[in-house]
Amino acid sequence: MYKALVYVTLKPSILDPQGTAVKKGLESLGFSDVMDVRVGKYLEVSLEAEDKQEALTQVEEMCKKLLSNPVIEDYCFELVEG
Amino acid sequence: MESKTDNKPWVELGLTDYEYEMIKGILSREPNYVELGMFSVMWSEHCSYKNSRPVLKTFPTKGAQVLQGPGENAGVIDIGDGLAVAFKVESHNHPSAIEPYQGAATGVGGIIRDVFTMGARPIALLNSLRFGSLSSARSRYLFNGVVSGIAGYGNCIGIPTVGGEVYFHPSYEGNPIVNAMCVGILEHKDLAKGVASGVGNPVMVVGAKTGRDGICGASFASEELNEASEEKRPAVQVGDPFMEKLLMEACLELIKTGYVVGMQDMGAAGLTSSSCEMASKGDTGIEMDVALIPRREKGMNPYEIMLSESQERMLVVPMKGKEDQVKSIFKKWGLDAVVVGIVTDDGILRIKEGEKVVAEIPAKALTEMCPVFEREAKMPEQLAEIQKCNLGELPEPTNYQKTFLDLLARPTIASKEWVYEQYDYMVGINTVVRPGADAAVVRVKGTKKGIALTIDCNSRYVYLNPYVGGKIAVSEAARNLVCTGAKPLGVTDCINFGNPEKPEIFWQFKEAARGIGEACRALNTPVTGGNVSFYNETKGEAVFPTPTVGMVGLIDDIEKVCTLSFKNQDDLIYLLGENRDELGGSEFLVMYHGLEAGMPPDLDLEKETSLQECTLKLIKEDLINSAHDCSEGGLSVALAECCLAGGMGAQIRLEESTLRPSSLLFGETQSRIIISVSRENADKVKAMAQSHSLPITKLGVAQGKSLVINGNSFTINLTLNEIEARYKGAIPCLMKG
Amino acid sequence: MKFAVIVFPGSNCDADCFHVVKEVMGQEADYVWHQDQTFKAQYDCIVLPGGFSYGDYLRTGSIAKFSPIMIEVIKFATQGGLVLGICNGFQILTEAGLLPGALVRNKDLKFVCKDTFLKVENNETPFTLDYTQGQVIQVPVAHGEGAYVCDEATLEKLKANKQIVFRYSTSGGETSPECNFNGSSDNIAGIINEKGNVLGMMPHPERCAETVLGNDLGKHVFTSIVSWLKGGRRNGE
Repeated sequence: MYKALVYVTLKPSILDPQGTAVKKGLESLGFSDVMDVRVGKYLEVSLEAEDKQEALTQVEEMCKKLLSNPVIEDYCFELVEG
Repeated sequence: MESKTDNKPWVELGLTDYEYEMIKGILSREPNYVELGMFSVMWSEHCSYKNSRPVLKTFPTKGAQVLQGPGENAGVIDIGDGLAVAFKVESHNHPSAIEPYQGAATGVGGIIRDVFTMGARPIALLNSLRFGSLSSARSRYLFNGVVSGIAGYGNCIGIPTVGGEVYFHPSYEGNPIVNAMCVGILEHKDLAKGVASGVGNPVMVVGAKTGRDGICGASFASEELNEASEEKRPAVQVGDPFMEKLLMEACLELIKTGYVVGMQDMGAAGLTSSSCEMASKGDTGIEMDVALIPRREKGMNPYEIMLSESQERMLVVPMKGKEDQVKSIFKKWGLDAVVVGIVTDDGILRIKEGEKVVAEIPAKALTEMCPVFEREAKMPEQLAEIQKCNLGELPEPTNYQKTFLDLLARPTIASKEWVYEQYDYMVGINTVVRPGADAAVVRVKGTKKGIALTIDCNSRYVYLNPYVGGKIAVSEAARNLVCTGAKPLGVTDCINFGNPEKPEIFWQFKEAARGIGEACRALNTPVTGGNVSFYNETKGEAVFPTPTVGMVGLIDDIEKVCTLSFKNQDDLIYLLGENRDELGGSEFLVMYHGLEAGMPPDLDLEKETSLQECTLKLIKEDLINSAHDCSEGGLSVALAECCLAGGMGAQIRLEESTLRPSSLLFGETQSRIIISVSRENADKVKAMAQSHSLPITKLGVAQGKSLVINGNSFTINLTLNEIEARYKGAIPCLMKG
Repeated sequence: MKFAVIVFPGSNCDADCFHVVKEVMGQEADYVWHQDQTFKAQYDCIVLPGGFSYGDYLRTGSIAKFSPIMIEVIKFATQGGLVLGICNGFQILTEAGLLPGALVRNKDLKFVCKDTFLKVENNETPFTLDYTQGQVIQVPVAHGEGAYVCDEATLEKLKANKQIVFRYSTSGGETSPECNFNGSSDNIAGIINEKGNVLGMMPHPERCAETVLGNDLGKHVFTSIVSWLKGGRRNGE
């Protein structure tokens, strides 16, 4: 069993109104030093795989095909055992 | 079976010692914990109506048009041609106070299920919302969350939210009111009921899997909110509109097959309420095995399974032998459909876990044997004083134009565009009259008919005089429908009050119900169902008594639908009904004088009936070009709304000298409708009014891009742009915080 | 003419599109279930309707693009068949790679349902030939994720090839920033593919195709399709 911790984020070139709204919220709470906020997605994918390499390949494939949209998003992930 | 009697577990579950003794009497033994849990939810106010039943019985519920009155998932009224309308309103106040987005969303989901359970395809949603003042950050948070939740659910499932109302008042600060109403269309032959009949028929659970969410939500809804309520977050369920869309399509497809004997939504009290209610209505019993119920979480015990309020689930009793057909329909939609039990002849709801019996209760004990209370009713002591407040000697405003603009910007009066633009009000392509009008109108495809819909209540009137306030809520709803050219047909009501154990609150309830019942009789709009929500209090303070009235009306020819907007240059503008010196309970009085006092406007049901009959005839005979009810903010605000709706201004001259200008402009006298008329029809319109013994007064002429209102001692002269800026800008501006 | 309206789980404008094609236009129409592996009939135009396919979970349109029928839809489009994607249908078309770019959350983060004005920027497509060039039409929108985005190069290409078909504008036809309520690149409301047979648009023409609903200017998207098909024209001919 492996667990992939997948982070999907908007590409830097894509406007993130949600991040802007969060930044404003933080400012109104007094966090005036906040420079920027970007909101992304976090997914946990549990999977069975022969070995770590196979798991890596599978998760890479998942990210490319479904979990992210390459037009607007970047992704990265960590893989943990168990 | 184990019995936990130490520390009085029933008290923790919200049952009294007296109720516990009754349960022991019914079972002739000590109930076990599962049984106790089942009794506690079914005997909660939310499910049993134990405090309200005797009063609700006084409502008129019969009429030639009524196909299904109270007691089912939704009321059903006939609209001719073999078609009918199913509709119901329900509250989700407490869940929305704790988690506004999910609370409101699951409220919408629940009411939609109530309607499609009847075999009707939902075609419209409405809602009635009340919050504290928008100057408070918490009210803004709740308002924003509730609106997003309604949008999130309704938009996704694809049922248009076509109308509603939003009020703001400090009494709702800690306890908002969130009432959702759903309306569906069905063919008479597809009418389904929540009945388990036919001994030996299978009992199936369909839809979503069961998790631990919302355990004891029904009991939670029957308590006052306090600081500890925030801790009760697990009682709030999470809605999945996508799942419900699939469930709705599957259920409607199933009903078309004719295999359904009975079907019931699993709402409050989940599997417990649906199973005992279906058995009780069918004079049967149900035996089911909780081990067979599809679960989302591991290790759930029978208590949790029976009391879970996981959303988007239904209990279905199909004909024996049709199980596979049912399964294949649900499979197509990717949903579970599992046989979990059987209809029996012994009247017992028997719950097993595998071979072991874990609960055994007569079904009717849960649904019908709950103790019913006729609570003490007493008029609140200070109310007589408040009613007697002398409004006759209040100073007049110094600047009527400014007062008028300030009124337009009151959040309760101002445009609710900020709200309804977040709702998809057009999906289904039936919406002929959109939100922001007196009533919404949806067409019925395949016919010439239209259905007009509204939900109304001015709770300040009800607070000042519950009897009159109740009458007004019904009359105004009917008047709103009539303004579109619809004949009012039936009512669904949602009672949102404080703690009924307090005699003052019970008095409000009784009196409001008396007013509602009387008005429903006079206007021939029977009550076909609804919902009671008590204990709307925070820190011992009740909300304003809020009996919202949802109403449905029929338009025979959708081409003749009438709207509020002034349409043609030079049309004459008239007022049907009369202006009176009634400032009590008005928005003006609270805004300008800071007073919530006096008597609310009077309502004469005879006059109201003739006003409505006359207006309907005028619309049917194509004699008028617009009609708009005068409500909050009075004549001046109503005129502004007529102007803004069509971008057409008006020149108004108010001649009456006997009334104070403030009463004339801002008073909220009932039974008044503003109409606009082509010059060539003026005489016919006047004759029609006279034949109904109805006062009719010429107000002015539609023209230009300004609203000018002249009187003996005042002038209002504003461009429509200036008016619109205040009217539409108010709420967005406040929401920016 | 025969239209196919694809039904994904969560589609909710499927019946609306079907109604307009069949009852308003008097054309033939079938619902096609997303699980179907093949088309059971010969279609002249495929409509991907609005809604919340798969609940819009993960990203709008992201799961729908893997429905079995999409293989057929892509094949149909590649062969030059007419495909119209409205709202969620547009989102699915971009996810499936039939149209460039993507649709992201509206700039004010709220769902918006209202009438908008659209300027017809290209009336030489199978979907717009019954409009005049530069005509302004009132068409409702209803979406929470309708801001069109793409990279600079793609935008330049869209402009150069006249692939921008509708832009949000004022009633007078000015494509000013104030009417760009959702924050789309260059006020884009609808685009067509390079070959000119696949149109995606966020506004809902099927919601304004009958006078009883207050406005029937959206109908011409459908009449254009029929006119074009009747003319037997294929792109490039």
